[in-house]
Amino acid sequence: MTSHRSYDAIVIGGGHNGLVNGAYLAKSGLRTLIIERRPIVGGAAITEELIPGFHFTTFSYALSLLRPDIIHELELTNHGFMPIQMPSMFAPMEDGDYLLMGTDRNTNLKEIARHSKHDADAMDQYEYDMAQVCQALKPLVDAAPPNIFGNDPEDALQLADLARRLKSLPSRVLQNCIRLLTGSSADFLDDYFESDILKGWLASSSIIGSKVGPRSQGSGLVLLFHNLGEHDGHFGSWAFHKGGNGGFTQVLARAAQAFGAEIVVDTPVSHVITSNGRVTGVALGDGTELKAKVVVSSLDPRRTFTQLVDPAELPSELNDSIRRFRFQGTSAKVNFALDDAPRYPTLGDRTDQYRGFTNIGPSMDYLERAYDDAKYGWYSKRPYIDACIQSLVDPDMAPPGKHVMSCFIQYAPYHLKGSDWDTERQAFGDTVQATLESFFPGFSDLVLHREVVTPLDIERVVGLSEGNIFAGEFLAPQMYFFRPAPGWNQYRTPIDGYYQCGSGTHPGGCVSGGPGKLASQQIIRDLARKG
Amino acid sequence: MVMTTPFHERLAPLNETHLWSHWSGYLSAVKYQMADKFEYFAIRNAAGLIDTSPLYKYRISGRDAAKFLGAVLARDIGACRDGQAQYTLWCDERGYVVEDGVVIRFAADDFILTSAEPNLAYFQKLVGYDQVEITDVSADYGSLAVQGPRSRDILAGLDPQIATLGFFHHTPAKIGNVPVHVSRTGYTGDLGYEIWVGADGAVEMWDALSEACVGQGVLPVGQSALLMTRIEAGLVLIGVDFHSSRFAFNDYECSTPLELGFAWMFRDLASSTRRFIGRAAIEREIADKSSRWKMVGLMVDWREWDRHFGEAGLIPPKDETPVVYEMMLYDDDGARVGYTTSFMYSPMLQRHIAMARVQPQLAAAGSKVNLELTINHRYHTVAAEVRRPPLFNPARKTA
Repeated sequence: MTSHRSYDAIVIGGGHNGLVNGAYLAKSGLRTLIIERRPIVGGAAITEELIPGFHFTTFSYALSLLRPDIIHELELTNHGFMPIQMPSMFAPMEDGDYLLMGTDRNTNLKEIARHSKHDADAMDQYEYDMAQVCQALKPLVDAAPPNIFGNDPEDALQLADLARRLKSLPSRVLQNCIRLLTGSSADFLDDYFESDILKGWLASSSIIGSKVGPRSQGSGLVLLFHNLGEHDGHFGSWAFHKGGNGGFTQVLARAAQAFGAEIVVDTPVSHVITSNGRVTGVALGDGTELKAKVVVSSLDPRRTFTQLVDPAELPSELNDSIRRFRFQGTSAKVNFALDDAPRYPTLGDRTDQYRGFTNIGPSMDYLERAYDDAKYGWYSKRPYIDACIQSLVDPDMAPPGKHVMSCFIQYAPYHLKGSDWDTERQAFGDTVQATLESFFPGFSDLVLHREVVTPLDIERVVGLSEGNIFAGEFLAPQMYFFRPAPGWNQYRTPIDGYYQCGSGTHPGGCVSGGPGKLASQQIIRDLARKG
Repeated sequence: MVMTTPFHERLAPLNETHLWSHWSGYLSAVKYQMADKFEYFAIRNAAGLIDTSPLYKYRISGRDAAKFLGAVLARDIGACRDGQAQYTLWCDERGYVVEDGVVIRFAADDFILTSAEPNLAYFQKLVGYDQVEITDVSADYGSLAVQGPRSRDILAGLDPQIATLGFFHHTPAKIGNVPVHVSRTGYTGDLGYEIWVGADGAVEMWDALSEACVGQGVLPVGQSALLMTRIEAGLVLIGVDFHSSRFAFNDYECSTPLELGFAWMFRDLASSTRRFIGRAAIEREIADKSSRWKMVGLMVDWREWDRHFGEAGLIPPKDETPVVYEMMLYDDDGARVGYTTSFMYSPMLQRHIAMARVQPQLAAAGSKVNLELTINHRYHTVAAEVRRPPLFNPARKTA
């Protein structure tokens, strides 16, 4: 039950972007309501105690893309914000060898040199080049993009500023930007490295969440996007939040409430109410109508434009753009409760190598073959797995000595050829478990519980269309000027007072909060203009 | 020749970095883990084990022990009962701080006082009573700090009476079969304890404690992480945030307790006649409001920090481990109004923070100062806000 019948702003969806958006709106003095359909806020960033003592990061599982200004502006450190450094990255190999990277540069270089002396030297150059690209593009991530299809002189100024900014870059940096934005990660990485294991690890960031293989044009953009994340000022660095990403969204919820936002859960929204081309409120699933002069959808573009409002109210060009907007989720999760940490034979009884990501993608060939299956409509026979045993970093995630292991899986295409996910769920889980067993003999004996989360589950539970974790593919024609549609990349919609703030808007998916924040700025500016 | 602590044979194999520093003549790990912040997070998220054995420990005993400490220590030892401990200071006659430490009261005639520097001759020289004996027992005991949110449950699992031990209280206890003394004290600003154990029993105690820590996320923690947590906690360090007046060549090198933020130790002076070294000078300082500085916490303006480095074409650094040099502070007119004594990037607060001294008129929380740093070999100033320390102060610390 809401405390009022009328609000200045209603945010539909209590995922991380909805919470960020609502927090900023409340901070600006608006009476703000955030409505969540499920019993908990967090959207795809939730932590659930599926069996007593074991806390699963059901969907999203690590933090890096979170925009640093949000941490400060929403005063998250006052509400329990705690990104715990990932001290290592472990990449097992099929021959029993491995690549174990830490935070110490020199040790890393020696570890890479075990595989290739050439690559050890190239790593510094790669990291330097990538940091320069990230530094150049970061301001673009943190500002609303110009609308190049409109007539607002401000957009023209912003575009000129963008051109000036790009022109000021050293030619090599600009060329690297374009290579990454348009090319394949394989082409980019092949320029620097020769070692399969190193390239397999680095290329893994270029496929996550996307229906591309490392040799697909467009995988460079995904690689770049993931490197734009940062932890304590280091690009491409990741952290586990205390309590998982659900712990993080609880922090956001507390911050939003501290600024005065009201949050209701277990409250489905039926539709957005409009009158004469402008928003007047929302209708809840139980028929209750709430009034608001601003309504913000944090749902993905398909749901924002085809389900919450009547497409008849929208220009047909926008409807067509949304129809063509690609989702095609290809990611799944398989989460385990474990009796003990798995052992990697070469490392004996050691388990400290699992305190960051464990990357099962030992070569670009491995990743590309995994993608081959998806191209033809099936899940990978030997999938790419990004595993995290968060309980080794945050002991509150599992009982002492026991563990939770989150496994992000690719590829798992939403549309299966000749079958469906309800049929294939356990067979898919078995495939993942068998892959883990092949790297960690005895793994299956440690499994106390297994949770298989298919793309269909992601869609059903979280509401992300086709289970796309980014609320829409990271494809060049779906980014920046075009996210989610040409002319509608500035969080507004054709309906006056109706806004979008989900990951389907700029800068895109991952737990960045960027869309939520940038949308709030647009809303606050528009309200100020209207007086 | 450098010495090793009673825990060394267990700690040495755990030191993956092989980085050791020297602390009062003992080997002391800088950090055990290759990762730079992981031990720090163990303290804030689970628990860290810190070997603090190199501290000097003096047993002060005899019928006049309490009288002696009352005369020497600036904080009222009369308020420290059996089973309690106190953070305390000792000053010179001019009201300048000689040193700080923790005093543990076992009985009216039996205390242990810890300090970072040797003080035996200094204390012995001050004894004016018949029945006081001061013994340096530093090497007789190992001390191990168990600091972090899980510390209570872990220790209470070994000896249930620790579960109810109050902040700055202590109790005899048993860990495994080893008799120890546990105080709820520490240098991290977190929930935490220190275990005092006879040197002979240190390894056995370590083994029992280690077993209880399995699966709890507990790590051995070196000086690097300890020094980060102590800055967040606003706890001063001799040789860094202040210097002993015993060896000062001028008054600039000296600090009064009030200047270090310890005015709260003297609230009783108006109603108490207790006499201790430095009282007259401290009373004068209170009456005349003549403190030169006030110790404060600083939170650096993140936007300005990022902007200055960004404009210089640099990626703003956010991993400063504590820096030991002074950074100057200015007001908006460019007048120098103070300096930092400890500066770092705090992963918990996600900000650069400092312990600093400012002129008293700028000591109120919310005051603005400008911090000087060099970027591209040029001076820049970045705004910082004065906060009352500790900057990180979880409720669990005293709960």
